[in-house]
Amino acid sequence: MAELADNVTTISEADEIDPGKRRVPRWVITTASIVILLAIWEYFGRDINPIFGSYPSAIFAAFVTLVRNGKLGVALLQSVQPFLLGYSVAIVIGVPLGLVIGRFWIAEAALGILVTGGYAMPLVALVPLLVLWFGLGFAVKAAVIFLMSVFPITINTWLGVKSVPKTLIDVGKALVASDAVILRRIVLPATLPYIMAGIRLAVGRAVVGMVIAEFFTSISGLGAIIINSANNFDTATMFVPIIVLMVLAVGLNSLIGWFERFVAPWQAEIAGRDQS
Amino acid sequence: MGEVSLIDVSKRFSLRIEGKPQIVRALDRLNFTVSDGEVVALIGPSGCGKTTALRIAMGLETATSGAVTIDGVTIKGCGYDRGIVFQHAELLPWLTALQNVEFGLEMKGMRGAALRDTAMKYLTLVGLADSVKRRPYQLSGGMQQRVGIARALAIDPKVLLMDEPFGALDAQTRETLQSELLEIHARTKKTILFVTHDLDEAVLLADRVVVMEHGRLQEIFTVPLPRPRGDLSAIRGSDVFAQTRYRVWRALHAGAQPLH
Repeated sequence: MAELADNVTTISEADEIDPGKRRVPRWVITTASIVILLAIWEYFGRDINPIFGSYPSAIFAAFVTLVRNGKLGVALLQSVQPFLLGYSVAIVIGVPLGLVIGRFWIAEAALGILVTGGYAMPLVALVPLLVLWFGLGFAVKAAVIFLMSVFPITINTWLGVKSVPKTLIDVGKALVASDAVILRRIVLPATLPYIMAGIRLAVGRAVVGMVIAEFFTSISGLGAIIINSANNFDTATMFVPIIVLMVLAVGLNSLIGWFERFVAPWQAEIAGRDQS
Repeated sequence: MGEVSLIDVSKRFSLRIEGKPQIVRALDRLNFTVSDGEVVALIGPSGCGKTTALRIAMGLETATSGAVTIDGVTIKGCGYDRGIVFQHAELLPWLTALQNVEFGLEMKGMRGAALRDTAMKYLTLVGLADSVKRRPYQLSGGMQQRVGIARALAIDPKVLLMDEPFGALDAQTRETLQSELLEIHARTKKTILFVTHDLDEAVLLADRVVVMEHGRLQEIFTVPLPRPRGDLSAIRGSDVFAQTRYRVWRALHAGAQPLH
């Protein structure tokens, strides 16, 4: 009656039981990797002309200066606000759009080609035009970030819907569920891992979009610090926002990963995937 | 009541084979009736159309011509008068066993406390009262299929349709579930139509066995075993079982021979 009831182990328990699998914690290896990279960079970077390159300790000094004079904080705020707006709007529009395109063939025929094309669109070339439409400030940045991130989110969601097993849809149909209910109660949860992957991919694209927009406008945000210090041959200062952006993107990525395990815990357990 | 009739059911679809469109006849004027409370097995070689016939009876596919009636009323698509059990249970992986059964009830419009009570009642019926909080990946194949059966029964259909329900299970679990299905049938008196490729299973469980071949009905056998069929191992050793099994086996072979 309850066969296997007692000897079913969950995957996390199985990991702990298995001895020789994890002797060194994951974070130790990651930290060591970063430290070694920084050490090599420091060692060789010091020999290079400071116009052509820089090294970690000089960049850290520039970082301290930018924090002290308040420029970094202001620039960060100027960048993060449009980032959050453009990126959230991309999620709010991209996910439902991908669900609808994936589920209904008419939407796929009408919009699929636009989304695929939009993903490949050389957005950099359009930024000057967008500047004409939206001006040089907040709005143009949010627009560029939105356009960079909405397509990977839509495409991933769409592909996710396409990969939902037909038999799960049959479960809904057999229970006389409407299309809307099947979409919300079956397709959406089944697609969540794909959606989260799209949202993660979009972080990188959104960061690139933000910097591109700030290059063109070059009056505010982290991108402006990059381009202005590059023009002054202050390479160490130029690296500060670049590294800040990388750290932010990595942080956002792990935040999304944590959120994914929160909303779709079954997925990690089915795949036997561990923390990443 | 719960009488299912397939009346002249045909299913054709076109396939492109090496670039040439060809008409495939999955079902060719299939006629049979399952009376109220009866258990009927659909058996035949792979590709004979038995699963297609079941899916048409469920309303998941439409017949090219012909009709399916439940108590004389022609079906239009799926309905709560029929419940289906899939070969691989097809539970929603993000829901617990209890929530999976509740899902079906919720679709039927049930709300509130009745939802949980009814779901629990049917999970208890299939012997899973202690594992209701588990998600599908924390259940064995046999337990998953029990949840699948509970989900189908919970909406209280007139007819239970099962598509090779025990085909993916190991031999021992299969035998346990077969006798449990007989118990459930004795208790609920549901009409059951099930597809199988297992000759023993067909004879053990069914009142009649429908043998199909190339989308056509080949022969219908009555199984003269009494109900309730409590002790399945005794039945397996009985002469009636052996003789019926042999008759159906011969029919299956007669149909299969022209292919070789």
